[in-house]
Amino acid sequence: MAKKGDVVIQIEKCKGCELCIASCPQNVLAMSDKVNAKGFRYAVKVNSDCTGCANCAVVCPDAVITVYREK
Amino acid sequence: MAENLIKPENLVYEKSKSMTERELHYCPGCGHGTAHRMLAEAIDDLDIQGETIGIAPVGCSVLAYYYFDVDMLEAAHGRAPAVATGIKRVLPEKYVFTYQGDGDLAAIGTAETIHACNRGENILIVFINNGIYGMTGGQMAPTTLENMKSTTSPRGRDIKTMGNPLKISELVAELPGTYYATRHSVHTPANARKTKRAFKKALEYQKENKGTCLVEVVSNCPSNWKMTPAESNKWMEENMFPFYPLGDIKTPK
Ligand SMILES: Cc1ncc(C[n+]2csc(CCOP(=O)(O)OP(=O)(O)O)c2C)c(N)n1
Ligand code: SF4
Ligand code: SF4
Ligand code: SF4
Repeated sequence: MAKKGDVVIQIEKCKGCELCIASCPQNVLAMSDKVNAKGFRYAVKVNSDCTGCANCAVVCPDAVITVYREK
Repeated sequence: MAENLIKPENLVYEKSKSMTERELHYCPGCGHGTAHRMLAEAIDDLDIQGETIGIAPVGCSVLAYYYFDVDMLEAAHGRAPAVATGIKRVLPEKYVFTYQGDGDLAAIGTAETIHACNRGENILIVFINNGIYGMTGGQMAPTTLENMKSTTSPRGRDIKTMGNPLKISELVAELPGTYYATRHSVHTPANARKTKRAFKKALEYQKENKGTCLVEVVSNCPSNWKMTPAESNKWMEENMFPFYPLGDIKTPK
């Protein structure tokens, strides 16, 4: 079984570019309905299928995402 | 209940230590941010943060000195390779890089680019090619593709009257002083990781004093291309990559 992972999204730094969403093989991420203080919709987790692969964090231009994975 | 994985011992990926905490000013989805991050991660991996000096350009990345947590200098438009030359010659044990857009490196700075490479200065030139002048509002650059629209080629670049797009990486690869020239992108996780490996290679070559290394990153400009970030990356794959193919252009013999 794949290892379990999790991500922390600093929503106030997010610019809503959506590049993380397309890069996630597990479809963990989606856009919020609300906006942050900058006025951008931001990335949110919508399921717990994260494997900690870090794809989303690697393509995020704004270094919004931190990734954790069980050891 | 799923166990909480968010604890320090499980951390596998975070923002590079060679970047400051400052938020980037780039437009949403702009490749500049990811290119900065990959270069900063290469510096982390080689553990050379304290020995690296960067030169920022004029262009959207003019404020790169706010974002890299290494010693940084700002050069006049296009002159980064000349400034880098001076710094590297005075401090040859340091790792010196320039970070430049296509307007900076391939238009106003063409002379500095070519002569630094021809002299074989032991520097890394990072070249962000988005085919346009981003900062000033999307004017045509030497790298603008045939038929590509810009504010100064509103009906598309016409080769007859506006000349050919310039493949400056292939051009400098012909020069004897150029040691390594390679072209990448940062729009997917796999591509971004490859770009980081190219930065690492280029910085490692600097230790051997073999000559100039140039890493081109074909990038997007969603704002001036007037597309969403996802659309701009698709457009880049379909239009930029055929003319600016990814891969090594010159590798050490
Ligand atoms: C001497 C001088 N000439 C012209 C300008 C105007 N100018 C500012 S940035 C720029 C080009 C930026 O394009 P590029 O290097 O491709 O970087 P990008 O903004 O796309 O990242 C120009 C022409 C200037 N600042 N100084
Ligand atoms: S770490 Fe991988 S699986 Fe988890 S959210 Fe990011 S891209 Fe998806
Ligand atoms: S890639 Fe980064 S900035 Fe873009 S939507 Fe995802 S978290 Fe936000
Ligand atoms: S104008 Fe273009 S190159 Fe400049 S920050 Fe915005 S998207 Fe990036």
